[in-house]
Amino acid sequence: MMRQDIQFDSQGRLRHFLTTEGLSRQTLTEILDHAKNFASVINKPIKKAPLLRGKTIANLFFEASTRTHTTFELAAKRLSADVININIQTSATKKGESLLDMLRNLEAMHCDMFIVRHMQSGAAHFIAEHVAPHISVINAGDGSHAHPTQAMLDMFTIRRHKPDFTALRVAIIGDIMHSRVARSQIHALNTLGVPDVRVIGPHTLIPPQAEHLGVHVFHQMEQGLRDVDVVITLRLQRERMEGALLPSEDEYFSSYGLTPEKLALAREDAIVMHPGPINRGVEIDSAVADGPQSVILEQVTNGLAVRMAVMSLILGRGGTDGEAPH
Amino acid sequence: MRLLITHGHLVDPANEVDKPADIAIDNGRVLACGDIPADFHADETIDASGQIVCPGLIDLNAHLCEPGAEHKGTIASETRAAAASGITTLCVPPDTDPIIDTPAVSELIYQKAETAGFARVVTLGALTQKLKGEQLAEMLKLQQDGGCVGVSNARQPVKNTLIMRRAMEYAASCGLTVFLHADDPGLSGQGCIHEGAISTRLGLPGIPESAETVAVARELMLIEQTEVHAHFCQLSCAHSVQMIARAQHDGLPVTMDVAAHQLYLTDMDVGYFNSQCHVLPPLRSQRDREALRSGLGSGRINAICSAHQPHDADAKLAPFAETEPGISALETLLPLSLRLVDDGLLSLVDLIAKLTCEPAHILGLSHGHLSPGAHADICIFDPSQHWRVDPARFVSAGKNSPFAGWELKGKVTHTLLGGRIVYRQ
Repeated sequence: MMRQDIQFDSQGRLRHFLTTEGLSRQTLTEILDHAKNFASVINKPIKKAPLLRGKTIANLFFEASTRTHTTFELAAKRLSADVININIQTSATKKGESLLDMLRNLEAMHCDMFIVRHMQSGAAHFIAEHVAPHISVINAGDGSHAHPTQAMLDMFTIRRHKPDFTALRVAIIGDIMHSRVARSQIHALNTLGVPDVRVIGPHTLIPPQAEHLGVHVFHQMEQGLRDVDVVITLRLQRERMEGALLPSEDEYFSSYGLTPEKLALAREDAIVMHPGPINRGVEIDSAVADGPQSVILEQVTNGLAVRMAVMSLILGRGGTDGEAPH
Repeated sequence: MRLLITHGHLVDPANEVDKPADIAIDNGRVLACGDIPADFHADETIDASGQIVCPGLIDLNAHLCEPGAEHKGTIASETRAAAASGITTLCVPPDTDPIIDTPAVSELIYQKAETAGFARVVTLGALTQKLKGEQLAEMLKLQQDGGCVGVSNARQPVKNTLIMRRAMEYAASCGLTVFLHADDPGLSGQGCIHEGAISTRLGLPGIPESAETVAVARELMLIEQTEVHAHFCQLSCAHSVQMIARAQHDGLPVTMDVAAHQLYLTDMDVGYFNSQCHVLPPLRSQRDREALRSGLGSGRINAICSAHQPHDADAKLAPFAETEPGISALETLLPLSLRLVDDGLLSLVDLIAKLTCEPAHILGLSHGHLSPGAHADICIFDPSQHWRVDPARFVSAGKNSPFAGWELKGKVTHTLLGGRIVYRQ
């Protein structure tokens, strides 16, 4: 039976990072503060910190990913951990049995942490439920469920530009239905105190009863974007045309593509974000993606600091409650 | 063998009996209830003081996993679990492997059940060949040579409405009842959980209510046109019950059942991906659950079934969507159902009817009552015995249950099949 607090160990410390849902504002803020320290380390000539020396981290990617995989690997190496990369690109569904068998094998190699990306929602929870007690799991994206480190790097980026979460309007545009990033962002934004979180998209891409997540639902950009401080556009997958969710990329761009004209509806100092990789001319116009309000590249950089922060918070405590270097 | 059951409280809904009475059994059949002949000398007497004595339960839907999935359960293991649960007749759907679309498969099941000797098993034959929804199965042969008591496409959809119409027409001319699992495959798609706030939160593909209601609507139109006797299995949605109740009211020959777990669980119970709550149709909303409960209370829902689906442990050990749906449910059927009496929804007699004579009627069986001369299929249970559900201790080979740890009330103490004691606590 799944315990609600599976993310914490018996002393109430973060053990797994599976979802932003249910975490306290204090925990999220701790991650952000920790990441801030790392962000300054990254720019120094000696980039490595010895925090996780002797620890072994396994990247288990059941689904292709370039950037997330790379930043996790880089983050682990910057923290002086040993890294094992295991790519399990299975086309057919992998049987749970073999998944568990594989975990047992990795445990036998004395890994301390699994970074898991999987196409099935709940996969990271499943693995966290079944790993040996000394192993931590970080969810690097499970199906349409959660992608908590991406959400935290987005929160980090937002906070750098808009320090007070409690005064913000944030709009997320696009395929909310299939987006694990959106779900994790929504939970984090709500927990951090953002009073107005909006999702904008056609009915076919907004999941049923989305309001229960704590968002206002808009189907028109003109209304949804008005006066927002942060605009997040999501990647549109080509498969959505086949599933009869949308008629064409063209029509999507004309309704929901973020153009300079539509962005003008938001606040003048609004920032534009995208979890990447971007489809220019589908969900975002190049003029916006490369424009002065875009912080898209900064997000990628921040991804490293946030992942270092999460890994070191979970693994770096050891007996001495490891602190980030200053 | 002569048996006497004394000091029990007899509940026999078909005969409108609800009173303390002894039962005499002779040669596998009920000899008398109440007025025991003075010259009756029992070989064995069962003291049923403080217990309820009722007809053996009849379960409209139980997967026994044989043939085809013997690593999950066998006819012997599951009928033994049935006996331990007071169930004396089980109806198996045709989605075995091989499928029950030839009399031979049905005969094999009957034979194995008889050899095992724990419970009566009746089969439903396939509605279409290989359950593919393309060609009609040999329903008449299945009925006459295979002993199938009805036909069904199990959970496999008949996508082509014309084929469904023809299948119903043909079944009607054979005098067979069609057992329907209402599901529009396009709408349910890859779904594995009720579509709603929970599916949205978990990012799992949802099965909308319309997947069931659209199919119910289609089938009702066809039932009206073909005049076939039809039974809707394991409904999950409030609207479905409403539509079918209206059809019943309009005189259509339709009945419906609900699986016991749907009366207690909702999609909320999935929590964080609890695969024990992965069932089809999915656990729905609280509103649906309330409608199912009141549908039973009002008598519109005719029966409660277990929808028993035992699994090996591995079947539930995977990310939620990759786990196999179903609950090992025989051993919780009676105690879960009894809760409805405590909850004030049904009288004990009406509840027992939904587990005995009503399902018998739906299956066209002559069992489900304790009239003199009837098969002595009897369930004796202690209505006040509390027990904690521990799936590891299930008799069934399947230990998959979302009710682990639940405190339930009501425990079977004896089960008689044709006058033979097949279970004793």
